[in-house]
Amino acid sequence: MATHESAAHASHAHGAPQGFIRKWIFSLDHKVIGLQYYFLALTAVFVGMFLSLLMRIHLIWPTATLPFFGEIKPETYLSLLTMHGTIMVFFVLTTAPQGGFGNYFLPIQIGAPDMAFPVLNMLSFWTTFLGFIVLLAAFVVTGGAPLHGWTGYAPLSALQSAGPGEGLGADLWITSIAIFCIGALMGALNFITTTLDMRAKGMTMMRMPLTVWAWFVTAILGLLAFGVLLSAGILLLMDRNLGTSFFVPLVTVNGQLTGHKGGSPLLWQHLFWFFGHPEVYIAILPAMGMCSQLLSVFSRKPIFGYKAMVYAIMAIGFLGFMVWGHHMFMSGMSPYTAFAFSIMTMGIGVPSAIKTFNWLGTLMRGRIRFTSPMLFAIGFVSLFVTGGISGPFLAQPVLDIYLHETYFVIAHFHLIMGVASIFGIFAATYYWFPKMFGRMMNEPLAKLHFWLTFVGAYAIFMPMHYYGMSAGLRRYSQSTEVAFILKLLPIQRFITIAAFITIASQFIFVINLFWSMFKGAKASDNPWEATTLEWITATPPPHDNFGGRTPVVNNGPYEYSVPGAPRDFVMQSDPEIKPKH
Amino acid sequence: MADSALHDIPSVYEPSLFGTYSKKIGMWLFLLSDSLTFGALLYAYSYGRISTANWPTPFHSESIVNATIMTAFLLTSSLTMVLAVRASVDHNAKAQTLWLLATMACGAGFIILHGREWSNLIAEGLTLPMFPKVLGHEAASEFVNVSQTVPQFASTFFTLTGMHMLHVTLGVIYLGVVALRRKFIPILLVLWLVAWLTTPAYSPFHYGAHVLLIAAIVCAIILWLKPKVYDSSDVEVAGLYWHFVDLVWMFIFPLVYLMSAKIL
Ligand code: HEM
Ligand SMILES: [Cu+2]
Repeated sequence: MATHESAAHASHAHGAPQGFIRKWIFSLDHKVIGLQYYFLALTAVFVGMFLSLLMRIHLIWPTATLPFFGEIKPETYLSLLTMHGTIMVFFVLTTAPQGGFGNYFLPIQIGAPDMAFPVLNMLSFWTTFLGFIVLLAAFVVTGGAPLHGWTGYAPLSALQSAGPGEGLGADLWITSIAIFCIGALMGALNFITTTLDMRAKGMTMMRMPLTVWAWFVTAILGLLAFGVLLSAGILLLMDRNLGTSFFVPLVTVNGQLTGHKGGSPLLWQHLFWFFGHPEVYIAILPAMGMCSQLLSVFSRKPIFGYKAMVYAIMAIGFLGFMVWGHHMFMSGMSPYTAFAFSIMTMGIGVPSAIKTFNWLGTLMRGRIRFTSPMLFAIGFVSLFVTGGISGPFLAQPVLDIYLHETYFVIAHFHLIMGVASIFGIFAATYYWFPKMFGRMMNEPLAKLHFWLTFVGAYAIFMPMHYYGMSAGLRRYSQSTEVAFILKLLPIQRFITIAAFITIASQFIFVINLFWSMFKGAKASDNPWEATTLEWITATPPPHDNFGGRTPVVNNGPYEYSVPGAPRDFVMQSDPEIKPKH
Repeated sequence: MADSALHDIPSVYEPSLFGTYSKKIGMWLFLLSDSLTFGALLYAYSYGRISTANWPTPFHSESIVNATIMTAFLLTSSLTMVLAVRASVDHNAKAQTLWLLATMACGAGFIILHGREWSNLIAEGLTLPMFPKVLGHEAASEFVNVSQTVPQFASTFFTLTGMHMLHVTLGVIYLGVVALRRKFIPILLVLWLVAWLTTPAYSPFHYGAHVLLIAAIVCAIILWLKPKVYDSSDVEVAGLYWHFVDLVWMFIFPLVYLMSAKIL
């Protein structure tokens, strides 16, 4: 017979903690920890966005001096893009959807009073927080932030002498990544255990909302991928500080031998991308789950093909570990290996397409309510398709030889991973805000925010495809020095202007968020008429989520418009119905 | 243990997918992730070894014999660990503590032998470039040559065995906390002082000893946050960790030692 971890219940048995520190800072409550993650990501995204703005300004006004960084030298530009990428991938896209919303809503949606290991949960947040501080510290140390990009390719990343930011700054960068790995591992372990072990009576695996499935599979990916990145980070730190040569061959810097020999930069690439490709799915899977959820709620229809969705999530997770080589087509890989990776990569397109068609199928003939969360969910589908279509092009080794290291790749992954995942976060924010804060967000502002961001995202990233196809290089700051790149400058101008407008419109969101927290209209317990368990409890949920009882689940998560039911939705905890479809 | 809150009302939850309690699932998951961490290191090792034309095989019989004895220590410790778990299931507190202490003793023996082995190898010239120089010692053995011609050899050796040694050390501390709880903290502090003061400044263990200090602090915090009596499930979970660390050694021993043995 199953027994359960005590800590959750022990801490809840004593009632809600009193005092500011125990309640908001070192809280063991998954809801508070979720909010902590969310606001960490919100802070991080503004730092990251600011850095991207500086890069955009530099690209079209190369001589302009910028706040904080002064005159931008080529190496400063590299620092900016490294920190931008690292902050965004780790501390935004990995943090908000999983650490933030996952923490807050996974236990509630399965009917649990908390995570399986609340102390571990708290530690995982504070570890992540520490990682962020260490990363930011790289800006202020001598030499500044590292230059090696978010992918940290060796030997650049492995040699202290390789450039101005590659001294202490790079050490801080790697340390931050390693710390982040540990935090993410603790979180992943907690998510999986909670899902396996703390589901309320009747919440069978196949009755879990797709959000829970997405968080669950994401956690599995994290558990397997971050362990490898941790090792890679340790080896890199050793190369830098103990003089080992895992990643460094016999090279010279400024004509000086470095003292390293025999290592292989490709080893870093293998280890990094073995983590890196699953990581991109870690960023997108929770958004996929939220999107599935919202499309069903606001189309007032069951999700199209629930089982297919579940299997597609699993297939994506599984295949995600087999395709890392598609980032290395240009590394001198054997054409046969490249071919194998190419086939596998295209294979991932299949479950992705299944999901896309199921989303469209859910929308079809639905009684759609165009609320702001729904708009963002639809926007997500649009961006996922647009960004996904460039994937199979890149997956052709022959095409990739040309497209690799151009803006085409930037366009691909910003649309599909960056903006799409951010849309998932926005959708989730607008959707769950009433539950989290007990108030509604301002709808007209939200819609304005949606349209500006949606059009803005396309305006920024679509032109990058053309820029890339015209051989415009990524990670290259000299936009006026080279004749053929100079000809492309109008594209860069257009992008920068679009970026200005899009970034400015994000303040609409922030203002709406904080204003609604205090001044928004009071929300009812179930404003969207949704079926999952978070909507049966009070708003905001009490300390133990369900006020001393544990719900019993009788229905699947997507019973909308059930013939013969009294309302057009049947809560998961309502008496069992026998759906006819 | 406060678990009882749930034992009383088991029907409130779906049965766990694996029919077991959370802590055990958590440990299995940790071990899964840790095996990928070790897997990546072993991959790095194989990568280096395969891509190096003349991988050296310098370990003479002393090293191999020493490593074999270390292996024996670990195998024995797995047995005593099993006995500790059995004792905990039988609610035999005294036997449980004794077997846990025996397991820790085997683990400590392993660490000491391994530490001596490291020190000998370093003295003979197998080092990383940034290790502090051994003062007044001019080694002229084959290892000096190995370190210079194939730096990968020393790198992978120290990384793999070092990471494993760290795991064994943490395992001993883990068992110590389970066996002795608060009483273990002063012991840990004494061990830290001994390890720190008795090792010469050039030895990696001089710095490595601080792991014990950090562990003592962390354990103190944990015991302060969650003061509780460990029951048989805790012993079982600790045992899982311990067996895993043994298992990892069963990969490292043949790959790192036996496959690099000097065969005359
Ligand atoms: C059908 C699906 C997909 C295919 C075939 C595909 C293919 C590829 C290929 C071949 C590359 C390497 C390009 C190069 O560096 O030359 C790439 C880069 C990338 N992809 Fe995808 N991809 C797909 C979906 C996704 C998804 C869903 C995400 C994220 C959620 C994603 C995120 C990325 C990122 C972040 C990079 C570039 C990383 C970097 O170099 O900095 N991709 N993709
Ligand atoms: Cu990829």
